[in-house]
Formats: sequence, structure tokens, C-alpha cells
Amino acid sequence: MSATPSESWHRLHPLSPLVRGGRATIAVFIILIPIAFGHDSFGREIPQLGVIALIVLAGLVSWLVTRWRIEDDDLRIETGLLRRQSLRFPLAQVQAIDVVRPGLARLFRVAELRLRMAGSSGATARLAYVAEHEVEPLRDRLLSLARGARHEEAPTAPAAASDPIRTEEHVLATVPTGPLVASILLENWWLVTIFVGLLVGLAVSPHTVSGLLAGGGFLWALSMATFVWRRFNQQYRLTVSDSPDGLHLRGGLVALTAEVIRPGRVQAVRLVEPLLWRPLGWCRLEVDIAGKQRRKGEGEAQRGQLRALIPVGKRSLGLELVDRLLPDRPRELSRPPRRVFWKSPFRYRALSWGRSDTCVATTSGRLRRVTCWVPLEKVQSLRHVQGPVQRRLRLASVHVDTAGRAVHATLRDRDAAEAERALGDLTDLARAARRKPALV
Amino acid sequence: MLRRLEVGVPTVLLTAAFVALGATESTTEALYAPWVPLVAGAIAWGVVGRRYRSWGYAEREDDLLVRRGVMFARLSVVPYGRMQFIDVTAGPLERAFGLATVRLHTAAASTDARIPGLEREEAGRLRDSLAELGEAQAAGL
Repeated sequence: MSATPSESWHRLHPLSPLVRGGRATIAVFIILIPIAFGHDSFGREIPQLGVIALIVLAGLVSWLVTRWRIEDDDLRIETGLLRRQSLRFPLAQVQAIDVVRPGLARLFRVAELRLRMAGSSGATARLAYVAEHEVEPLRDRLLSLARGARHEEAPTAPAAASDPIRTEEHVLATVPTGPLVASILLENWWLVTIFVGLLVGLAVSPHTVSGLLAGGGFLWALSMATFVWRRFNQQYRLTVSDSPDGLHLRGGLVALTAEVIRPGRVQAVRLVEPLLWRPLGWCRLEVDIAGKQRRKGEGEAQRGQLRALIPVGKRSLGLELVDRLLPDRPRELSRPPRRVFWKSPFRYRALSWGRSDTCVATTSGRLRRVTCWVPLEKVQSLRHVQGPVQRRLRLASVHVDTAGRAVHATLRDRDAAEAERALGDLTDLARAARRKPALV
Repeated sequence: MLRRLEVGVPTVLLTAAFVALGATESTTEALYAPWVPLVAGAIAWGVVGRRYRSWGYAEREDDLLVRRGVMFARLSVVPYGRMQFIDVTAGPLERAFGLATVRLHTAAASTDARIPGLEREEAGRLRDSLAELGEAQAAGL
């Protein structure tokens, strides 16, 4: 590919509509099979054939009218026949790039490229689908363009992009299958309990159970099963590796995903330890990047959840990775004053916070212990809140707001004077942290 | 000003309604009825007065402080560089008294920095100066 700023338009892979149709494609084949093998007169099948022809035509048109190209530092996508859309995605603002291969796409050797932008409307650039052998070079090219656009060292970036040699990677962690299954089941132990209960019930009094299942229980069970499956499918053999482009995540059983999170785009890091994982010393490490929850249909596998760097792993491994992401994380966490016991007797023992010059850390959660780290340069705003009970006990909380989707660091129930001081300190440190990159 | 109006209007309306009720049905209950909203209104007046006094904001060199709340006292610190956009809204009641609300948005959804009941000129001035400072100090995500 030439490195000229404007290149000719590209089309997606010709098989895209087929893969994109997903279930519809399968349905079409199911309709076609009896027609192909049927001995009935042909005339009776005309309505079905008409519907199929229409679907095929629609797919073909959607493929014909969609095209994309890279213009300077933008990715431009044009699509739509009746409602023509021309989308322009500035590469400098890419938060992460994913390569997704659902089951059907793998069958046809194509992959989807997804660029996640920071916009609050959750805009995502999707190129669905690109041939499998083209997708990796394309991703690397977009990444290096994005990097070039950001640091304004454009002359070297395109040259590096066309370089076929992959940048070196360093594998940090990979998830074994056994613990993954165990961890999913342990975290959703109530599901397992209900399931076992149902099985026992089936043995004792089949009538009650079949009645339950008939009365909507079946649908519920099915949705739960999909939930567990989705989780497993997404996190199967997830591997984290480090490279100059950022953190690479890849994994998946049927639907393969490969994701690149660019350095400096991590808004917060969270270490979660559900109740039943703790005896085993397991944890889950999640990162939060900017942007809203994705809408329906945009990668259902990741909806409603943060991206897990390590779906399950030893606590020491998790902390090691945190060190890599936030080298200057606070080591010493301080506990709240004893009188917090009167306000939140259960949470009291889990609460703590600490800060270094560039990072703030908080812990909370009695049953499901959560540790959050927020780099101070990513802090959006700080809030000091004091409720009526807190005032009586001379306590206050400080909330640290980030642009992430779910991580919320809170210095809960600190001594009022300490909270006041923390607010001032964090404000100053965050300001200093924000300015530092500008000076370098 | 605005907060007081919010209590004042419903109290006056309710009292009038109860008085009208008492006039048409001259039972003993109906005679007491006007006092109920009057007393409730007086209490609400006091509470609202405190709430009104709790609102406050300060423009500092690098950030804006916004304070509010009586029961739950909140103090938000929003750096100018983090502001994504600012909007000024005025509801019908606010418009009738020449007031407006200024709201600051950052990339974090949980930021709630709202300054209600500003005089309209002051709201406009604040918006412009915040926008200017935001532009001067803008920081990436």
C-alpha cells in the first residue's frame, strides 16, 4: 500500500453480508435445503424464493454502497443507500482497536475491525468484514498512524506501518481453562445452587420442577446459561501481552477477539475479588477506558462488563500487572478511623485508601472486595460529600470521578479533617499530573 | 430567590384551595384546613432558605468550586481543563424572574456541578469566562 495521504476507496470483503446476516444466513439455508431436495413442483416455492432473493439483494446492495479509506489521519467510511452516511474517525482519538472474529466469520476467514472512540455517544468505527490476512496489517497501520498523529512524528510513522515485521510482543499473562471454569461457577455460585436444586427437585418430585420450568423458568435458565457461556467464550485462553502499541489482549473460544489498548488510555484499573475466590487467592483485573457502554448489537459479548485483563489469576500476578500499568502505585493504604464502625459495621474492615504522587488507590466491599487505582492525570473532578450521619461522626467521603465507564474510586468515611486535606492534596497533585506530559 | 419561590407558589395555591373548600363546606375540619398548608409552608420556607444559603461557587485559578446541600453537604472541584461543555438552562419559573442555571459537564458522568438561580447576566458572564478558561487549559482524555 502506498503511503500517500489519500488512497483509493476500499470495499469490504464480498462475503461480509453473508456473515453479517448471521442467523438470517442460516435460516436461508434451512429454507433452501428442502427446496433443493424436495420433489414438489417448483411453482409452490416461489414465495420463499422471492424472500430469499430479496434478502440476497439487500445484502449485495449494502455491500456495494459501503466503502472506506484512510485520509490523512482519518478513517473515512461511507455507507447506506437511502440514508447515506459519511463517517470520519480521527485516528488520534482512538481509544482501542479490536479485531473480532465470530464463529461464522472464522468459517469464511474474515474478521471485523472495530475502532473505539472516546465520544460520549459511544461511537465505534466498524469495518465488518475484512479478509483475515489483511486485518492484522491494517490494524498495525491504523495503530501506527494513530501514534504518529498523536506525537506528530508523521514522517516516520507511515514507513513503520508498511513494515511487514510485527513489532515485538511480550506475553504477560494467559488464562488457563480449568480455573476459568471454576472461577465463573464460583462467582455465580447462586446460579449453581439453583441449578443443583432443580436437579435434586427433578429426582424428588418431577412434577413441581417441570411445572416451574414450564412457567417461565426455562427461559430464565436459558438466559443464565447464555450469560455463563458468553463469559466463558469471551475469556477463554485470554492472553495479555505488552508491545509498543499498547496492551494486546487476545482470546475467545468460538468468537475470537484481539484487542489493543493504547498506552495512556487506561482511565482506571480495578482488582475484583469475589467472596468465594478469596480462599483460593484469585482475583480479576479489569481496566476501564473512556467511552460509554456500547449499544445493543455492538459486540454483545462485551456489553455491561469492563474489559478484563486477567479474567482469573493469582493475586500476585494481578498486582504485578498493576505495577506495570501504574509503576508508581501507592503501597501503603490507610484505614479509616475506628468510629466508622458505628456507621457501616460491615464495610468498616474493607475500607482503606492511599495515594502516591501520581496515583490514588481505594478498597471497599466486605464480600466482594474491590480495589481501584486511578492515575491522577485521568481525574476529571473531585467531590467532597458529607451526609448527616457522617457529620455526627465527624466523617466525610471524597469521590474521584473519571471518564471511565464503571470504576469509581471513593475515599469513603474518612476523618473530616483528613478528607478536607485529601481534597486539597488530590486537586493539586491532579493538576501537576495533568501538566506533566505537556512539559516533556 | 428562586428556591423560595418554589415553596411559595405551591403554598399559596394550596392555602387558597383549602380556604375555598372551607367556605363551601362549613364543617369544623374545613375550618382548620387552611392552617395545615400554612404551617407546612412555613417549615418548608425555613428548610429551603437553608438550602438556598448552602449553594455557592468560587472561581479559582485552575478550577471551579461548587458547593451545595444541607443534609448531604457536597463540594465539587472541577478543573477548567477537564470541562467538556457548559450549558445554561432556564425553566419557565426561572425565566419569569430573570434567572438561569449553569451546569458543567466533564467526561465523567458522575460529575455534578450545577449552579442554579444565577442572574441571567451573571450566568452569561460565568459561561463565557469558564469557556475561555477551559479552552486555555484544555487537557486530553
